[in-house]
Amino acid sequence: MTTAAIIFILAGLFFFFVGVVGILRFPDFYTRLHAAGKSDSLAAVLVIIGVALYNLQEINLGNILVSIKIILIAVFIYVASPTATHALTKGALVVGVEPWEKEKKK
Amino acid sequence: MKTRIATFFIMLTFWVVMSGMFDGFHLSLGVLCCLLVTHFSHDLLFPETTAQQQQHWLRDIVGVALYLPYLLWQVLIANLQVAWIVLHPNALEMIDPHIFRFYTKLTRPMSKATFAQSITLTPGTITINIYRDPAGEKPDQFAVYALTKEAAEALPGEMEERIARALEPANG
Repeated sequence: MTTAAIIFILAGLFFFFVGVVGILRFPDFYTRLHAAGKSDSLAAVLVIIGVALYNLQEINLGNILVSIKIILIAVFIYVASPTATHALTKGALVVGVEPWEKEKKK
Repeated sequence: MKTRIATFFIMLTFWVVMSGMFDGFHLSLGVLCCLLVTHFSHDLLFPETTAQQQQHWLRDIVGVALYLPYLLWQVLIANLQVAWIVLHPNALEMIDPHIFRFYTKLTRPMSKATFAQSITLTPGTITINIYRDPAGEKPDQFAVYALTKEAAEALPGEMEERIARALEPANG
């Protein structure tokens, strides 16, 4: 169980790392949102699954309830994170932040 | 009335999981709180009141349960693609951010919201807005901000099909 938990958490950390590198490398606000909001969707869930598994070393009712609560965090992230990303993108477009383009076509 | 009972039992399950105490005092507190919350906000969880928009709740749950593994798999694949782009030395050559639009055939508010959230969850695409045609003649239009050409070409595609199968009424 501990081994599985470590694998999940390390995988999650890898995707968080990718998210951070993405934020640093991408050229503008919108592409950075891609890197930030997205790598999180998988990374956070992997870390949460890892923690929930680690919690289950001794299986009894209390531990199972705690693990369900930890998994519920992931569920709420899956509802809240896209909403936040969407709101940020829309807000930036309404205010008029210029999207970066590969080559100016006009 | 049915929506109130359903809301109450969902709230109560949530309470029991969160509290983890099964003695009479804590359970009766939970029942009391859930009754209050249900009284004030029973129309939030099930907002669709017209019969044509509703379908059996069991079918909704089964549909979502069948759809979730596909969504998680898509999130995994798309994350790996974005990770590949981010770590690639020529990252700026590979991305081509642009906004594109397409019409959806989904009609229920719930399936449209699910679709928009799924698009945003899969890395490489963000739903900016869902435009409703003021005249009500055309279907709703999705505006999506895509990171690469490939991510844009995959939409609406299979994901919409699966949501339609999971959540749309059978006759629609």
